[in-house]
Amino acid sequence: MTNPTSSVATTGSPGSRALGLATLAGLVGLLVLAFVLTEPDVRIHPSTGQEIGQFDAVRLLYLHVPMAVITYVAYSLAAFASAGYLIKRTPWWDVTAHAAAEVGTVFCFLVLVTGSIWGRPVWNTWWEWGDVRLMTTLILFLMFVGYLALRRTAADPRVQARRAAVVALVAIVDLPLVNRSVEWWENRTLHQKSTLGELKIEDLTLFTLMVGFLVFLMVFSWLLLHRFRVGWLTLAAGEHQVAAAIKERRAEADGSGVASAVGETS
Amino acid sequence: MKSLLSEAWLVASKDLRIEARSRVLTNQVAPFAVLVLVLFGFALDADQRTLRMFAPGLFWVAVLLCLLLAVQRSSAVESADDAATGLRMAGLAPAAVFLGKSAAIFVQLLVLELLLTAGIIVFYGSSVKNLFLWLIAGLVTALAVATTGMLYGALASGLGVRETLLPILLLPVLAPVLIGATRAYDDALGAAAVDGWAWTGLLAMFAVVASTLGALAYGALVED
Amino acid sequence: MVRVGGRRRYRYGVPVIQLCDVVALLGRFPALAGASLSVEAGETVLLQGPNGAGKTTLLRLCAGLVRPESGQAQVLGHDLSVDGRPVRRQVAMLGHATGLYEDLSVAENVSFWAQAAGLDKSLAAQRATGALGRMGLDERLLSLPVSRLSAGQRRRASLAALAVRRPQLWLLDEPHAGLDQTGRNVVDELISDAVAAGATVLVASHELERVRSLNPRVVTVAGGLIVKDTGGPK
Repeated sequence: MTNPTSSVATTGSPGSRALGLATLAGLVGLLVLAFVLTEPDVRIHPSTGQEIGQFDAVRLLYLHVPMAVITYVAYSLAAFASAGYLIKRTPWWDVTAHAAAEVGTVFCFLVLVTGSIWGRPVWNTWWEWGDVRLMTTLILFLMFVGYLALRRTAADPRVQARRAAVVALVAIVDLPLVNRSVEWWENRTLHQKSTLGELKIEDLTLFTLMVGFLVFLMVFSWLLLHRFRVGWLTLAAGEHQVAAAIKERRAEADGSGVASAVGETS
Repeated sequence: MKSLLSEAWLVASKDLRIEARSRVLTNQVAPFAVLVLVLFGFALDADQRTLRMFAPGLFWVAVLLCLLLAVQRSSAVESADDAATGLRMAGLAPAAVFLGKSAAIFVQLLVLELLLTAGIIVFYGSSVKNLFLWLIAGLVTALAVATTGMLYGALASGLGVRETLLPILLLPVLAPVLIGATRAYDDALGAAAVDGWAWTGLLAMFAVVASTLGALAYGALVED
Repeated sequence: MVRVGGRRRYRYGVPVIQLCDVVALLGRFPALAGASLSVEAGETVLLQGPNGAGKTTLLRLCAGLVRPESGQAQVLGHDLSVDGRPVRRQVAMLGHATGLYEDLSVAENVSFWAQAAGLDKSLAAQRATGALGRMGLDERLLSLPVSRLSAGQRRRASLAALAVRRPQLWLLDEPHAGLDQTGRNVVDELISDAVAAGATVLVASHELERVRSLNPRVVTVAGGLIVKDTGGPK
């Protein structure tokens, strides 16, 4: 488990290919459900009789909400694996943390983008400063952008792993404080808990949302799996390099003109 | 515990003595802090009433910018001639080094806060309405950002990209502190009707978590 | 192992340094590629070898600053693959940098490092004065900031900062570099004094003739290995 081997020559495997195909099919199904089969959110105002609601914008939520949940799953996994690394100090935990953080950041970005697009017609603004979840997610995103920046430095792999683990853990510890402070900051939120409750939770709406969770969980798993394997192969390549370099270095010693090694003292 | 504190004191007094000799704080950081206040005035193109309203936020943004300089300076002092290795060889407890260097940054921030307070009084026409809250919130926030800054200074050091990596790592984490400290000073400076003490409580919590976490994590960061 | 004055002292005959097939990496570069070496207390060892042979890494490893990647490494009875910290505080390592603070005076620097090593203030100041005197640093220099010193003077101050700790193991990387004739003699005296006091000294140097006068055991390092050794523990 701790020693990367070269037995994995590709990031694909029969299992991951099957998962990939299933994920692709699921995504198509989800898009059909979200953008074709479900109804737009239209309600009649009880007193004025006007049409109100989110109309077609609600369709984005079938993507946005599951992705947001996956973002938090990914970052929690990254923090958990970071803690695991600091305790166990084995590369498996480090590669897992890196993979989860990177995939999580992709999801987090998509969450912010879809949220912003959704907010334009519904909240009538691209960006709402007073919204707790929006601000918390943005800060979370920025913290992990820093994490990935640290990951891209040319530091010694172990130094980098240790520092990145601390950054990920601090980010997660800091998160409740970010959330709390933003909440107190404006003491109001557009992201009322009722956002979902306001919808007519019909059978198909709920079903589509559930499919969304499942499909994005599959997307996440597929990406995570491959990102992990890339990390693992990189590690294996590194070890391979080191082994070759040691051999080369020893040859250098033999060729240095000095007689046989007598370093072995009894 | 006693040796931890005395070792921390040794490191802190060393750093402060270096700052007293080199005068980087008085000759560079302090003028920079005032400059930031003036630049805000230009950028906002505002009359004093608007500036007074925004003064708490501008004050703390200026403090955070100065924090970046102070942390980088604190780290540069150790890396200039590899004194960092000396500290490792000396057998000082990493937690003591962390607390000592944080304390030195803390003291420097307090000086800057005093100066910036004078700055917003002069330039923005602010006035301290609640002296006690101003003092306590100022102390607690300086502690919170000094310890967090020190931890992230260690995270970003020795990679050759300290100057650019530090802000992106540090500033998002300090977002709650910026919000909290701004709100506390909204109250202390009478810029908005909020409960500054509740925010000071949040800041204190942050400061305690940051000092503890920093003291614990610092060892793992500087060893090997 | 016997305890003297609260600190562990090692009996003669017990290896102070025991390395067996040690690999140490700098990033991905194997600076040590399987080095084995055993050094007993009180020995003077000269490490020689071409640039890039791994001498500096060998010293840094023994100082507990570089962790062994594989193989066994014990220094002063502590396993370096577990934790270098207990070793570090008992060892003096002179590297290429001097580890001095530019803005503090020479006396303040040496006194700080003495206090950092656990000496109380008055003892630190007392030993600092003694060590600086022995390093041949003029009294007038002591109150000057380090930034005003020449490279050779800094090196002497740096050695004084190490000497105050009275370490059991000295690891000196090119200690003669950048020193004038008097300075070199001072270094030689420091080494023989340390050996006389029962300490173990490892010197990496290209100044072979100079160090040879100390009659050391000569260990040749090449390609990250110990390739020649004039004598080890029997």
